[in-house]
Amino acid sequence: MDFGFILASAAGEIFSPTTAAYALAALGLAVHFGYSGLLNFGQAGFMAVGAYGFAISTLSFGVPFFVGLLIAIIASSIFALLLGIPTLRLRADYLAIVTIAAAEIVRYIVTTNQLTPVTGSANGLAAFEGGFYAMNPFPEGSYFGMNNRDFFIRVVGWGLVAICCTLVWLLMRSPWGRVLKGIREDENAVRSLGKNVYAYKMQALIIGGILGALAGMVFTLPRGAVQPANYGTELTFFLYTCLLLGGLGTVLGPVVGAMIFWVVLSLTQGILYGLIESGAVTWLNTVQAGQLRYILVGVALMLLMIFRPQGVFGNKKELAFA
Amino acid sequence: MRLLGAISASILAILLVTAPASQAASPSPTPSPSNQTFQNNISGFLRDDTRAPLAGVTITAKSGDFTGTTKSAANGSWNIGVPQQGTYTVELDESTLPEGIKLADGQENPRDVTFSQTSNLSVIFAFGKGIVVQQQDFGQNLLNRLVAGLSFGLLLALASVGLSLIFGTTGLTNFAHGEMVTLGAVLVFAFNAIGLPFWLALILSVLGGGLFGYAQDRGLWRPLRRRGTGLVPMMIVSIGLALAVRYVIQFYFGGATQQLPFAQSPEIQLGPVSISPNNLWSLGISAVVIALIGIVLLKTRLGKATRAVADNPALAAASGIDVDAVIRLVWITGGMLASLGGILWAYYRPGVTFDMGSAILLLIFAGVTLGGLGTVFGALIGSVIVGIFVELTTVFGLAADLKYVGALFIMIVVLLFRPQGILGRRERVG
Repeated sequence: MDFGFILASAAGEIFSPTTAAYALAALGLAVHFGYSGLLNFGQAGFMAVGAYGFAISTLSFGVPFFVGLLIAIIASSIFALLLGIPTLRLRADYLAIVTIAAAEIVRYIVTTNQLTPVTGSANGLAAFEGGFYAMNPFPEGSYFGMNNRDFFIRVVGWGLVAICCTLVWLLMRSPWGRVLKGIREDENAVRSLGKNVYAYKMQALIIGGILGALAGMVFTLPRGAVQPANYGTELTFFLYTCLLLGGLGTVLGPVVGAMIFWVVLSLTQGILYGLIESGAVTWLNTVQAGQLRYILVGVALMLLMIFRPQGVFGNKKELAFA
Repeated sequence: MRLLGAISASILAILLVTAPASQAASPSPTPSPSNQTFQNNISGFLRDDTRAPLAGVTITAKSGDFTGTTKSAANGSWNIGVPQQGTYTVELDESTLPEGIKLADGQENPRDVTFSQTSNLSVIFAFGKGIVVQQQDFGQNLLNRLVAGLSFGLLLALASVGLSLIFGTTGLTNFAHGEMVTLGAVLVFAFNAIGLPFWLALILSVLGGGLFGYAQDRGLWRPLRRRGTGLVPMMIVSIGLALAVRYVIQFYFGGATQQLPFAQSPEIQLGPVSISPNNLWSLGISAVVIALIGIVLLKTRLGKATRAVADNPALAAASGIDVDAVIRLVWITGGMLASLGGILWAYYRPGVTFDMGSAILLLIFAGVTLGGLGTVFGALIGSVIVGIFVELTTVFGLAADLKYVGALFIMIVVLLFRPQGILGRRERVG
């Protein structure tokens, strides 16, 4: 077993574009759940709306990159509005069920054969990333062992993470953010101070949703393809695992949570595959080893929630629930 | 019925033995991948107008770059593994048909077929002179779908009633309920595979579901209730549990679609409705079980205690009801009902997969929410509405692969206008 290789590939996950996408989406969930107490179980839907909004506007309408980006952001805002109108007045578990249902509706719609010319159905869409890589300022060559494309997407992805983290941090220490935290703690108290709770919740839902849409784009760009199977309910649950790992009501928590999530997944995969190849483990095959990792994710999510709901960085006083 | 079952079981056995062999023998121009590499199948039986099987007929399925070819086995069965669900063009090579056998008039060939959520797709070709493929008229189709929808709705109701009872008594929105549904079907498959008789496998699986419910409550939910864990954290714990259990099942069961015994059943004509015997059994079983649950809840002391706990646990405890015992019983009943629902769902689709329960989890939620969270009879009505709605939307022109969307959409719309659901009470909405 080559420990050097296993460690290197696990370390590579720390700054991979997928980790950046998870960090962004989990940051959106932190705005929803950590700061506002909104139980959004449809973050995968927001990511899908962002990814498909960008891909379809690029492929079907041939718009330039930044227009596609704008369309993705607008589409996710509209999605948030549509979700928020019926549910934000209701109890938390209703919002959870409606958001998870809405995310599945999005996935069914982009999967259906009826819309194959637009969405590519189950095969998804590809070859929409040209406009993005055309902006690559880095000449060809090796950057820390990566080619210029890989390096560019990492710079953009993590740059975006940094910008969004700063914005969320500034927002949450502003008066607006304090109202939001107040809503999380006691909605009625905030309402009695004359604040429009509904409007604040809606704004939080939209901001977190836009972060999800950006995450969807960062997720698809390095792959050069968007496929509906990637946006199932499991994605949302993995994001919750990242968020809970790092800490709910924190800015850096989701980012570090996403890093830990992917490093641990990569490490367990490397070690399990190594053990299987060297013959030390015979009761597993490589397919089962992949499943074992997801069993671990599920168990980790349960244990985290039960024994350390505040995560690595979180403050127990800042939990969205008592 | 038993004879019919035995026949279809033997057909299944033959299919398992002969299908790969016939495929290996077929000299196809494109490499024909073995069925084991794919999780999705297009399959069917070829029988002529006297119901005699047609062997050695070449059938091709095409979609994009993918081409799969097979020959029908000695019993007329054929099966093509395909990489993903979608629309396929299925063509029967008429030159390979035996002498004197012709496709029926009006039988489309090649024809386009589309997967609808399940990983197995049956394609029927009709043969024989004088047999005309009936273009089903609208009313007939509507009636058939209505009965199928009722059957589907009632099996959904089995799972929803359990979910709703658990929600009513403990406040938990249990995202792991889908895995309890899967467990029932997987257990039947496992017990049957180790050679137990079918009826024993059924009983053991339902009991196994009850045991799983008990174990969940004993090992996880009761300690969490004692700790005073909030409802939202418990909901997230249930998601973790769902992920863990789903992949544990996949770990042992694998990713492929398996069939339970007697899963193949030709449709029979019952008055104006054509329905498969399996669907008919499913309809009857779920109706009887739900009626029993209703009687227990309304007429017995136990049922009264359960309703009291659902209404107000503290008050119920103060009036001498053992709340923990009631909740334990609710978990056991919920597990058994979900397990039974899962078995029926495996026949309805048909097929057993590791994620079959999570595939209908949202429909179960939709049924429960439509009827009103926490109300048992609401869950029943809501599920039947969802089941019928899912089946009827295809009659009114919605594509088969979008049929779940309608039900989920209706749920959201109902929440907009009547958030407490059909039978729910205002104060629960909060």
